[in-house]
Amino acid sequence: MKKIFHFVTVLLLCTKMYGVDDSLIVADSFPNKLSEFNFFLDESAQIPSENVIPYELISTLFSDYSYKQRWVYVPNNKKAKYEENWVFDFPTGSALIKTFYYPTDERDPSAGKQLLETRLLLRKEDGWEAVSYAWNEEQNEAYKKVAGKTINVAWTDFTGEEQKVRYRVPNINQCKECHAADDKITPIGPKARNINKDLEFKEGNFNQLVYWMNREIIDEYPLELSSPVDWTDENKDINDRVRSYLDINCGHCHSPTGNANSTGLYLHLNETRDIHLGKYKKPVATGRGSGGLKYSIVPGKPDESILLHRMASMDPGVMMPESGRALTHEEAVIMVREWILLMKN
Amino acid sequence: MHIKSKNKYLLFSKSFLFISLMASSLLAIAKEIVIEPGENAHERLQEAMILMSEGDVLLIKSGYYKFEDGLSLDVNQVTVVGEGMNETILDFQDQQSGAQGFLVTSDEVTLKDFAILDAKGDALKVIGAKGINMINLRTEWTGGPKSTNGAYGFYPVESEDVLIDGCVAIGASDAGIYVGQSKNIIVRNSIAQYNVAGIEIENSYYADVYNNLASHNTGGILIFDLPDLPQQGGHHIRVFENRSIDNDTDNFAPEGNIVGEVPRGTGIIIMANSDVEVFNNLMSGNGTVNLSIVSYSDETDDPNYYPHPKRIQVHNNTYGPSGFDPDIQTGELAKTLFEISNGNMPDIFWDGVAPFSQMIFGQPDDEKLIINENSETSFLTISAIKYMLGFNSPIRTDKEEFKGVINPLEPINIDGI
Repeated sequence: MKKIFHFVTVLLLCTKMYGVDDSLIVADSFPNKLSEFNFFLDESAQIPSENVIPYELISTLFSDYSYKQRWVYVPNNKKAKYEENWVFDFPTGSALIKTFYYPTDERDPSAGKQLLETRLLLRKEDGWEAVSYAWNEEQNEAYKKVAGKTINVAWTDFTGEEQKVRYRVPNINQCKECHAADDKITPIGPKARNINKDLEFKEGNFNQLVYWMNREIIDEYPLELSSPVDWTDENKDINDRVRSYLDINCGHCHSPTGNANSTGLYLHLNETRDIHLGKYKKPVATGRGSGGLKYSIVPGKPDESILLHRMASMDPGVMMPESGRALTHEEAVIMVREWILLMKN
Repeated sequence: MHIKSKNKYLLFSKSFLFISLMASSLLAIAKEIVIEPGENAHERLQEAMILMSEGDVLLIKSGYYKFEDGLSLDVNQVTVVGEGMNETILDFQDQQSGAQGFLVTSDEVTLKDFAILDAKGDALKVIGAKGINMINLRTEWTGGPKSTNGAYGFYPVESEDVLIDGCVAIGASDAGIYVGQSKNIIVRNSIAQYNVAGIEIENSYYADVYNNLASHNTGGILIFDLPDLPQQGGHHIRVFENRSIDNDTDNFAPEGNIVGEVPRGTGIIIMANSDVEVFNNLMSGNGTVNLSIVSYSDETDDPNYYPHPKRIQVHNNTYGPSGFDPDIQTGELAKTLFEISNGNMPDIFWDGVAPFSQMIFGQPDDEKLIINENSETSFLTISAIKYMLGFNSPIRTDKEEFKGVINPLEPINIDGI
């Protein structure tokens, strides 16, 4: 009996060591269980397989204070192509993997964490597809959730206070609502400029672009790369911090190719026109989202600026972003308030 | 025809094969999915709307469905149908997430026979669809007109081939039926009541709006164009055989929105569009004015935007009482009109604002406002130059000088409708 058990274990390990299942990434349908992809050597501990590379972004999207861990997978002998001002053009068979979790107690890493969901962007033959897997209570497997899921989560924050959120795992359509550019699904984060920072890898500390070159998943990136600043870095210029924050939190919809292009409010990093950035811009089809205010941004007057009003709101008919948020991002609201206050006419 | 018998046989067998293949593939593809009320209705309905494929019909059985999250549809060529706008009720009163009740982002979709109630934001939003049929649907905020109601009942935007037919829109804090930045549009046989704007066509091209009832809104039917948007220069809009009557609800739009400036008691208002034909409508019981034709009056630096109406044709409409209760509290329009007319509010008002040279020399012939109405219909326009120079009576009320030959606009045609 013991022998059989041993044999099975070895067999299982072998399958795991065999690495990521390339055929599942490009398949017509999504498997029911996350483990079937073999992205992880150990699901519960979130230890990635050999060719699944962790990465971090300089500025990240706010998702109700959840933590996110990201990995990229590019099939052997293939490379992602650098694109100016855009995400890398990943080859067919690539995967972007992102696990959302809350630590039980933000002050004490040893207290453990609760895995919520792992979102996948899979590069199929004719484009990207998105799907999310929600973790089970045992935290040893995640299951495909086509229609999304509500998870009521509680955790203790840095100040020792108990926090609660009605966390929504997005459905497949909602993935697309944010990840759409010209009506096609596209990744948002992994632009060269947005991963241009150091990260601790198992081989040591490297700039991520250098590391990606060494791992041969890309073959070029420009040496002169103007990267957004980390919006949390208070030593940086507030305008740069806010533009970085708005780019990653709003710019994927609020851009000429995004889902919110009909609004004329464009918050991506490349926009330079005052009116389209919101300065004295009137609302178009905002309805009660305007909160009775006349302009997206009134320089010097944060309390008269619709943009701030909608960032702070928790009302589903008012709040921005439209999905993926049930709490207010207090730190960002403070920063944007300051930014509008200092803004000159 | 001279086909040898052998070939004949071959032809026959080929077409037979083709037909039977068609039939079997249709059978394999098109299926009907049925959703009934009960536990987990949101998850069941949302999952069905994600997993359905082209050609499928999703039937939502009559009953009451309560949702905490918005619904969305992103599959092409499908039909979602209920058992009647008073039978299949999708209720969003307890909505916790989602900026609208129901969102459609796919092409060639038909929605029919259900109601969307009390959405926290917009009720039914359609983005970027090519081919969207909304038939016998109802969107309503059940607590009556309130500024906390969602903005739009029906809200197709950046879409093409849009049909809204036999629908009912009640209580929207902006527009009951709103078509924005779209092309090829038919809004017909529908009812819009107790909204700020009943029906609004904004920054859109090629629309027929006919046989609708717009009543008890702030303004009945609005044809608008706004600057700084991806699609502007709204044109070719026909508004005919509608009843825009008794629009008597106080403006309850949240401030900041353009419709917040529409005075209570407006029948039809045309702002900054080209090629609009308004005919065979009944406008009556509108306390401010039955028909207004105006320029966009706010400042804009948009070089691609034309803020004035041109080639507007108004003919064969019926005008009932209006101007008996002008809403001078809301916006500038009613106040200005009331003052300048000494309280003699006209049926038709044109603000007379145009490019400077036109205000001196008049509109060019091919851009002229044309009004062919019977003699009882009263009219007023402002001579902007006289107004600016402080003349005592800067108005003109003789509509005879606006008589002209009507060049009917082509009807809108949507394939398959």
